[in-house]
Amino acid sequence: MSALSLAFHRLASLPYFYSLAGKLLPWAGGLSIVLFGVGLYMGLVLAPTDYEQGDSYRIIYVHVPAAWMSMLVYVVLAISGAIALVWRLKLAEVVARASAPIGASYTFLALATGSIWGKPMWGTWWIWDARLTSELILLFLYLGYMALQSAIDDRRTAARAGAVLALVGVVNLPIIHYSVEWWSTLHQGPTVSKFDSPSIHLSMLIPLLLMALAFKIHFVTAILARIRPEILVREQRTQWVERLISQRQS
Amino acid sequence: MNRTGLFALFTAIIRRDVMIAIRNRADAANSVVFYVIVFTLFPLAIGQDPTQLQALAPGVIWIAALLATLLGLEGLFRSDFDDGSLEQLVLTTGPVPLLILGKILAHWCVTGLPLLLVTPLLAPMMQLTGLSTAVLLLTLLIGTPILSLVGSVGTALTVGTRRGGVLLSLIVLPLYIPVLVFGSTAVQNAELGLPIAGQIYLLSAMAVLALCLAPIAAAAAIKISLN
Repeated sequence: MSALSLAFHRLASLPYFYSLAGKLLPWAGGLSIVLFGVGLYMGLVLAPTDYEQGDSYRIIYVHVPAAWMSMLVYVVLAISGAIALVWRLKLAEVVARASAPIGASYTFLALATGSIWGKPMWGTWWIWDARLTSELILLFLYLGYMALQSAIDDRRTAARAGAVLALVGVVNLPIIHYSVEWWSTLHQGPTVSKFDSPSIHLSMLIPLLLMALAFKIHFVTAILARIRPEILVREQRTQWVERLISQRQS
Repeated sequence: MNRTGLFALFTAIIRRDVMIAIRNRADAANSVVFYVIVFTLFPLAIGQDPTQLQALAPGVIWIAALLATLLGLEGLFRSDFDDGSLEQLVLTTGPVPLLILGKILAHWCVTGLPLLLVTPLLAPMMQLTGLSTAVLLLTLLIGTPILSLVGSVGTALTVGTRRGGVLLSLIVLPLYIPVLVFGSTAVQNAELGLPIAGQIYLLSAMAVLALCLAPIAAAAAIKISLN
C-alpha cells in the first residue's frame, strides 16, 4: 500500500478523525473569528457608503456569503452522499449528516438577511423574487433531508437513504431554479438585482471576499464540532469509545 | 435473460398490479374522491365570483392533482413491502429499475389516469373554456407521470419508516415545484390566448428525464429500505 493511500485510510478511520478533529477545532475556530473580525470591520467601517443604497447595502457582507454557502453546503451534502453510497466510507456518511443542519442555517440566514434588506429597498419584507423563492425551496430540501435522517433509526441506512435524496435534489436544483426564475419573470417585471451588475468597487469587493472566506472557515469549524459527537453516537458500542469514556470519568 | 423474457416480466408486473387495484377498487377510488373534494374546497374558501375562479382555476386544479397523486403514492410499495413480495421482486434476475418502472406505470394507470378522466367534468365548474380544458388535460397527461416517477423515489425511501406519509410529502413536495409551475402557467397562458409550446416542451423534457433517472434512483432507494 502506498504512503498516500495509507494516509487516506487513516484519515477515513473514525477514531483517528475524532482526535484529529479535536486538534483542528480550536485552530479553525480561531481563524474564523479573526477573519470575521477583519472582514466585518472592513465591510462595516472601512468600505465606502453606496451612493444609491446608503449604508443598508452593507448587509451583503453577511447575506451574500451566507447565500453562497447555502448552495455550496448542498453540493458538499450530495458529494459526500455519493462517496458514502459508492465506497461506503463511514466518514463521508458522518460529514453528510453533520453538514445538513449547518446548510439549513446558512439558508435561513440568507433568507432572513435578504428580507431585512428588502424592507427598506423594496418596501416589503418579502417579494416572490426568483432568487428568494429558490432559496426558500432549498431550505425545504434541507428540512426534508433532515426529517428523513431523523426518521430512520439505523444510522448507516439513514446515511444511504439521505444520499439518494441528496443526489435527486442536486439533479433537481437547477430545474427548480430555472423554473422559478421563469415563473417570476412571467408574473412580474424583472426585479432590479443589485448583485447582477458586474461592477463592484474593489474597496467593497475585498471585504466581501474576506467574509466569504470567513464563512467557509466557519463551516469547517461547525462541521468539525458536529462530527465529533456524531462519531461518538455511531461508535458508542465500540471499545475505543468505552475507553475514552472511562478515561474521562477517572 | 433475453429481451422477450424481460418484456414478459415487465408486462406481468403491470398486469398483476392493475389486477390487484381493480380487485380493491375502493383504494384506487379514494384518491379520485380526494381530488374532487379538495377541488370543491377552493371555491368555498375563495368565493364564487366566476372571474376570480377562472383566474385561479389552473393553480387550484394543479394543486389538487398534486396532492391527490401524493396521497396515492403511499400505496405504491406499501403492501408489497409488508408482505415481502417487494423483496422477491428485487431478488429476481431482471434489472430492478425496469421492474420498478412497471410498478410505477401500473400505479399511474390506476391513480393518475382517473384524475384525467374526471377533470373534464370539473373544469366547467371553474369556468374554464374548452380550449383551456384541453390544455389542462394535456399538461396533466404529461405532468402526472412525472409526479408518480419523482414521487416513487420518495416512497421508496420512506416505505420502511414509521409514519411515512408526512415525511413523504416533506421530501417530495419541493421536488414537484417545476411541474406545478409549468403545468399551471401553460393553462394560464391558454386562457389569455398566449403560446403554450414552451411549457409543453419543458414538461415533456422533464418527463423524459424523470422516466430515465427516477426508476434508477427508486431502485437504489428500495434496496436501501429493504436492508
